[in-house]
Amino acid sequence: MPKDLPAFIPGIDRRFAGIALPVIVMAALALLPWLAVRLDDPFLVRLFTRIVIFAIAAVALNFVLGFGGLASLFHASFMGIGGYVVGVLAHHDANETPLMLGPLAISGTSDLLITIPLAMVCCVLLAFITGLVCLRTSGIYFIMITLAFNQMIFYYFVALERYGGEDGLQILSPLHFGPFAAPKGAAFYYVCWGALCASLLLLRQIISSRFGIVLRAISQNERRAIALGVPALRYKIAAFAISAAVTSIAGALLATNQKFVSPADLSWIRSADLVIIVVLGGISLVWGPVIGAIAFFLAELLLSSWTIHWQLPFGILVILVGIFLKEGIISSGSPAAAWTRRRTRHG
Amino acid sequence: MASTMLNVVGLTKRFGGLIVSEDIHLEIAAGETHAVIGPNGAGKTTLINQIQGELRADSGRIIFRGQDISRASAPHRARLGIARTYQVTSIFPEFSVITNVALARQVAAGHSFRFFRAAESDRSLTEPALETIARVGLADRASALARDLSHGERRQLELAMALAGGPRLILLDEPMAGMGGQDSARMKRLLAEIKKFCTILLVEHDMDAVFALADRVTVLVGGRNVATGSPDQIRADQGVRDAYLGHASEP
Repeated sequence: MPKDLPAFIPGIDRRFAGIALPVIVMAALALLPWLAVRLDDPFLVRLFTRIVIFAIAAVALNFVLGFGGLASLFHASFMGIGGYVVGVLAHHDANETPLMLGPLAISGTSDLLITIPLAMVCCVLLAFITGLVCLRTSGIYFIMITLAFNQMIFYYFVALERYGGEDGLQILSPLHFGPFAAPKGAAFYYVCWGALCASLLLLRQIISSRFGIVLRAISQNERRAIALGVPALRYKIAAFAISAAVTSIAGALLATNQKFVSPADLSWIRSADLVIIVVLGGISLVWGPVIGAIAFFLAELLLSSWTIHWQLPFGILVILVGIFLKEGIISSGSPAAAWTRRRTRHG
Repeated sequence: MASTMLNVVGLTKRFGGLIVSEDIHLEIAAGETHAVIGPNGAGKTTLINQIQGELRADSGRIIFRGQDISRASAPHRARLGIARTYQVTSIFPEFSVITNVALARQVAAGHSFRFFRAAESDRSLTEPALETIARVGLADRASALARDLSHGERRQLELAMALAGGPRLILLDEPMAGMGGQDSARMKRLLAEIKKFCTILLVEHDMDAVFALADRVTVLVGGRNVATGSPDQIRADQGVRDAYLGHASEP
């Protein structure tokens, strides 16, 4: 058995890029509430709560995009539905009316320990059903079909007058985790941070497992994988469902955080934002999108404080990253990688 | 009498108006190395694609070890023991040589719905993979990325991937295409080794290799089987000489 398997990304030391760097980044994120107190800037915690939540969704998207080669524009729906499951059940809880699903009467609840797993189940089912259709295609067709599915879900919720339609749905009842009230501020930030850590560890493990090897193989050369005996569709559906489940957690946390869900949470623009976050950060590492999320929201914040047309310079920034870094900020071609290469060579 | 590994009965395939396989009959005995030769466009690769399952035949049957697999999916056929290589090498460029081969082994070993244990350090996969890699002569390149291999090395890797699953029948689509003298001599030696324990369907333009390796030869011209016989019979067949060999052996 050769000792040194090839680097995960050529040029970057595998351990440094795959273990040390993400630990440093996650540790820095853990220190953020402390920094916010020191700077007396509570806005920082609010901003980074959002960043961490979107990082969860982007990491989940990258699981199928970076490792499965599936550029899905459907992920806003998984996020949005995650939020709506929390919102709708909390709505019925607040009104003390049951949710009628045909002959089934489900009583509302504000317990996130029930609604988050339920959100995951809903998104897994949706991913499974839609995956049966869209995962038979690839490339541009896959992108178009996932976009179409996303629009279907979007307009469904726009037309859903019972839950606020286009105006969205306020979450009025107090959400709680079992016996504990859902925390606010820094404590809620740590809940999200923990969920991000768990997502990273889980997806990293899956990517290096037998399943993950097969998924990566399919994305590199599906024809070859099939000739070896891989029924590719099954693996892609499973990966899509795993990604959907993790994304729905991000959606549920976002709804909990803003006490509000609306169709804007599942518009295709949200899907595109997630793709941009993933591509900004780098698709070749599990945790690349964490950097992407930080870069995305900080750029939005800085540029929008500078001009109301902030999307314009932001677009240019994304284009520049696309041209010069190709695989994102955390990639073999980036200055960050060159820096880590120097570090690991001398260190 | 040796048992039949593969029996192709009346295989026909059309692409629109173009008939690429026309009523092909082919019988390959277990342990046999059966070469399929013919000019470009004769339908040799199309035949391999239909046996492997990438293409469905319009009519006719494919019987593998007594089982009709005409309607079976390509992955199913692979798991029954049909492996192949491609005319243009087809590998996983971002994986190392060892991961390419270990993956082939993993797929043959059963489903891969295993989500937690790391696969790349799984000795039950890497050890047999290294053995196979050594067998095709790539031992010193085991940890190289597949995309960094030379053309000849990629061919060796693809062969290792085909062998890793322990196939019963290997379909080789021009394994020597584009190879220099040294590489192709090595490949010929390698195939002579593999021939001892595996049934082979060999599509190849290198006539020296074909006549050295094959137990029997089938000649395809324009999608039709014009002759099948021992290498000597084929060499002597006037129709074959006219259709194909005459041109190939012109000085």
